[in-house]
Amino acid sequence: MAVQRKKRKRRELFALGNEAVAEGALLAGCSFYAGYPITPSTEIMEVMANRLPLIEDGVFIQMEDEIASMGATIGASLAGRKAMTATSGPGFALMQEHIGYACMVEAPLVVVNVMRGGPSTGLPTSPAQADVQMARWGTHGDHPIIVLSASDVQECLEMTVTAFNFAEKYRTPVILLLDEVTAHTREKITVPDPDEVEILSRVTPTVPPEWFKPYADTARGVPAMAPIGSGYRTHVTGLTHDVMGYPTQRPDEVKDAMLRLFRKIDQYYGDIQMSDEYMLDDAEVAVVAYGSVARSAHLAVEQARERGAKAGLLTLKTLFPFPRPAVEKLTHRCHTVVVPEMNMGQMSREVKRVNNGRTKVRTINRVDGQIITPSEILKAIL
Amino acid sequence: MADVTQLIHDYLRHNKKFPHVFCAGCGHGIVLGSLIRSVHALGLPKDDVVLVAGIGCSGRMAVYVDFNTVHTTHGRALTFATGIKMANPRLKVICVMGDGDAMSIGGNHLIHAARRNIGVTALILNNQIYGMTGGQCSSATPQGDISMTTPFGSLEKAFDIVDMCKAAGASYVARGTSFHAIQLDRLISSAIMHPGFSVVEVFSPCPTQYGRKNKFRNAVDMYKWLKSNTVKVETLKDPTQKPDDGRIPIGVFRDVEEPGLEERYFELQRKLMGQNR
Ligand SMILES: Cc1ncc(C[n+]2csc(CCOP(=O)(O)OP(=O)(O)O)c2C)c(N)n1
Ligand code: SF4
Ligand SMILES: [Mg+2]
Repeated sequence: MAVQRKKRKRRELFALGNEAVAEGALLAGCSFYAGYPITPSTEIMEVMANRLPLIEDGVFIQMEDEIASMGATIGASLAGRKAMTATSGPGFALMQEHIGYACMVEAPLVVVNVMRGGPSTGLPTSPAQADVQMARWGTHGDHPIIVLSASDVQECLEMTVTAFNFAEKYRTPVILLLDEVTAHTREKITVPDPDEVEILSRVTPTVPPEWFKPYADTARGVPAMAPIGSGYRTHVTGLTHDVMGYPTQRPDEVKDAMLRLFRKIDQYYGDIQMSDEYMLDDAEVAVVAYGSVARSAHLAVEQARERGAKAGLLTLKTLFPFPRPAVEKLTHRCHTVVVPEMNMGQMSREVKRVNNGRTKVRTINRVDGQIITPSEILKAIL
Repeated sequence: MADVTQLIHDYLRHNKKFPHVFCAGCGHGIVLGSLIRSVHALGLPKDDVVLVAGIGCSGRMAVYVDFNTVHTTHGRALTFATGIKMANPRLKVICVMGDGDAMSIGGNHLIHAARRNIGVTALILNNQIYGMTGGQCSSATPQGDISMTTPFGSLEKAFDIVDMCKAAGASYVARGTSFHAIQLDRLISSAIMHPGFSVVEVFSPCPTQYGRKNKFRNAVDMYKWLKSNTVKVETLKDPTQKPDDGRIPIGVFRDVEEPGLEERYFELQRKLMGQNR
């Protein structure tokens, strides 16, 4: 008897990085988008404006500013939606207070920041990677956060799905950092069949409402989340709260709450930290790069190999928590680590900290709105 | 226990450690009582009510009451409320904000919520001062009044919240006070049942931070002042003009039927999806 095999429904697209982000979000189950237009992220919003009204219960709303966009995104997340917003530098600055709120109330959501030259209005149409440390530390107060990046258009789609999965799994805002080059490159990509992709959703409570403790610790450190309106009437607050969600200043309760926030990310470090290795097995010089710069670095490593130099590349897909073991491994094997980036050294600082003086660290820094070319990196390798 | 007290207790969270933060004589608790009576009179299930609060003494109200409650950030409650309402339009979303919350730091969100006519009710507790931070002036502090940051008298004009919301397009706009509690119940009930954006500004005394600095001997004087310095808008000869004697008009200033943003959005969605089928 012939088994009817279900045909996979893959779609091929010739898409911008920004469009791929939108495709990835929809694939991940995003049904809510609130935003405010800003170059070079606007295409994400425009695709969502076209698509979400055509999806059952899909909601798109243009807000009055980025503060409002983040507020609405958090509100939707609390009401049970997978929600996203996207912006660029100036808008990302405005979102910071609410990113901290999302950390505190553990609202799963995705924020995309397409980095452009700064500070201030800076270079609206030119690439930069200058918001890396802002993504990590931009909001006030001590907090853990997940920051991801992508270096080509296919990866824009995949990392957006990953961002949603991490957000849902760990009940946390996840920041996806792109640079203008990746966002505005047009490439052929494959949108996978939804059945081929692992999609995670937040855990909801199974106990009756009167037993439910909305911020109780669990083995995973991630409490179940009841959508507003589901019969679990909870209190959500940006004030430091006890396991019932009520404000507290009791040192023991405050300490428990804060340490759990860190632990829920820290203990899954292995799951969260993602990087790609290329030609690193016998490498003596390693390039550590992320975003569009990783593509220049890839070519530079190939060219270096052609000239007989033992070079390799580590592409960081997770920026924070910083993929320490992957970088540490290099610093034991190589004599030089090269860190090219479109800022004055925001990631090389992390690399140097892990490296701890074992190898030379060569930095290549550009803040003139231009991409880093393969030949610049090649020169640093040789 | 008197019946009304019993009723209020049915809606408070008894697993929350009381006492509450409100000072004796504060008007905010009266507004909370009025809100509870309104929700009860309307027969709304607690599960369907979402109270979204800003930051300030007014915002603290959210933690005490047994609805779905969200205590947000200073000035931004309406943005969260907009997200919640669009995500689940079945819910009754009520925002509680202070005058500083709604009109100073959050003024932009207020006018846009009004313009969009999102189906949310905004309760603006106007005590004409920043209560929580210790009595600094707000954009609703009357010109000439004393506050911690206007020790020589405020030079700026105060916002008229009703005029502002009307001008921005809110489809229900009312003003009450925490002295006129029975009227306030009516205003809040109508606001909650109103489709589209509804605003109730409530003059609500802050004896601690405003009264003391501005020649009110005690809380009772402030309530007496509310009684003698307000006038029902429907008794005015020309309700569009402010009375010459400086009294504050209270009542309903606009009540028009206009579908809320969420209604219009999901209507459009049904049409689009019908076409696509
Ligand atoms: C972004 C931000 N700025 C300032 C504050 C400090 N703050 C807390 S409450 C408040 C004013 C409260 O006044 P109002 O909104 O009128 O509420 P009330 O306490 O009078 O009810 C201020 C300035 C804050 N929490 N967040
Ligand atoms: S400071 Fe004023 S507004 Fe705050 S609780 Fe006291 S009386 Fe009420
Ligand atoms: Mg006030």
